[in-house]
Amino acid sequence: MLQEFSTGEIFVYLLFATRWTIYLSLIAFIGGGVVGLIIAMLRVAPLRILNYMAIAYIQFIQGTPLLMQLFLTFFGLAIFGFDVSSWLAATIALIGFASAFLGEIWRGCIQAIPKTQWEASASLGLGILQQMRYVILPQAFKISIPPTVGFLVQVVKGTSLASVIGFIELSRAATAINNVTFRPFLVFTMVGMIYFSLCYPLSVLSQRMERRLNASSRN
Amino acid sequence: MPLVEISGVHKQFDDLEVLKDINLNVEKGEQVTLIGRSGSGKSTLLRCVNGLEPIQRGNIFVDGDHVNDRKTKLKLLRQKVGIVFQSFNLFTHLTVERNITLAPTVVKKMPLDQARDIAHRVLRQVELEDKIHAYPDQLSGGQQQRVAIARSLAMQPKLMLFDEITSALDPELIGEVLKVLEQLAEKGMTMILVSHEMGFARKVADRIVFMHDGRIWESGPPEQMFNNPKTPELEVFMRSIL
Repeated sequence: MLQEFSTGEIFVYLLFATRWTIYLSLIAFIGGGVVGLIIAMLRVAPLRILNYMAIAYIQFIQGTPLLMQLFLTFFGLAIFGFDVSSWLAATIALIGFASAFLGEIWRGCIQAIPKTQWEASASLGLGILQQMRYVILPQAFKISIPPTVGFLVQVVKGTSLASVIGFIELSRAATAINNVTFRPFLVFTMVGMIYFSLCYPLSVLSQRMERRLNASSRN
Repeated sequence: MPLVEISGVHKQFDDLEVLKDINLNVEKGEQVTLIGRSGSGKSTLLRCVNGLEPIQRGNIFVDGDHVNDRKTKLKLLRQKVGIVFQSFNLFTHLTVERNITLAPTVVKKMPLDQARDIAHRVLRQVELEDKIHAYPDQLSGGQQQRVAIARSLAMQPKLMLFDEITSALDPELIGEVLKVLEQLAEKGMTMILVSHEMGFARKVADRIVFMHDGRIWESGPPEQMFNNPKTPELEVFMRSIL
């Protein structure tokens, strides 16, 4: 039996599903940030083998579609006997995705700090980890904020792909409600507006921070 | 025993031999100035002394520590050897005070209060105590360079290296930096300078070392080097700069 849904009801339904998009984005971003920091460190570590390991990881993730990574995590882990829920699979895949990109963004920021800052701190007797912690990372952190926030937009939109492995977030909910209402134009316009209202503030924030960073010479 | 002993040092960047059989001793309390054309190897030699540049042959000892031995902890050596660079290289994200207290607190594990006292003292020495809470980009080039000197002094080094520290400064700011150097020399600090300030070298240096083509070409007390150059290369160099 088909039930009639009003426009308002469709919207509320979609808004509830948006919660999961936000949760998934946040977890992907925080988890991706932690792993990404490790990737960035491996990438700039003064040991070739670590650099290559990080490069291989980054290239694999950047060189394959997120969709495939989601399938691989969801079905691949099942083959090895791990029964993963779509929620866990989506989380793992998106953390992997975010960590590779963030790692590469942050590597760029670390390497943007002049070599002379390393030399000056090394000459004062700081060890390499102390140089990193007290001199390089604080300066790299400031210049990394705009591209990092900008990338968050990609993460939010990337979560929509988690719908293909059955995780119910905004896109999946939209497909479901469309199947019962047959009002695709209305439903997907709403979906677009919701994604936009999540992403637009982030883009603006990123641009504004970039301008402010360019305006001040102290970085 | 000399504070710095450099013997038979060779260094190359790929195929380019930049230092050839360098032998140089610096006694405690001595001020030695390295002069020469750009590319003659003087800055490279200075950077070898605190291990910023590796060498391929020869030996460098500073205060008994074998600089080019893998087993030597450069971290410990560098606490005894201060270096000031042409481009200041202050930590731009930190205040003047934190620039100075960073190494004493992090490397020497000194309590912050004590490090702050030292910051005040070394800033007084370079006459910049009023700038203690400023950020580097709020200071002039000359002031930044004096802070850089103060930052090195805070580690109470036995040897100071100065790598063309006035070359990036506007002419009117050079004097204030040289004045600080002069005071340091008077206090008996052992110093090796790479400098183009001949007037200053003449006045302050105990010995001038002329480098040419990666070698120590000629060395001696300032008067002799300026008035009676023995090699034609030094004579040409002196004529070109005076």
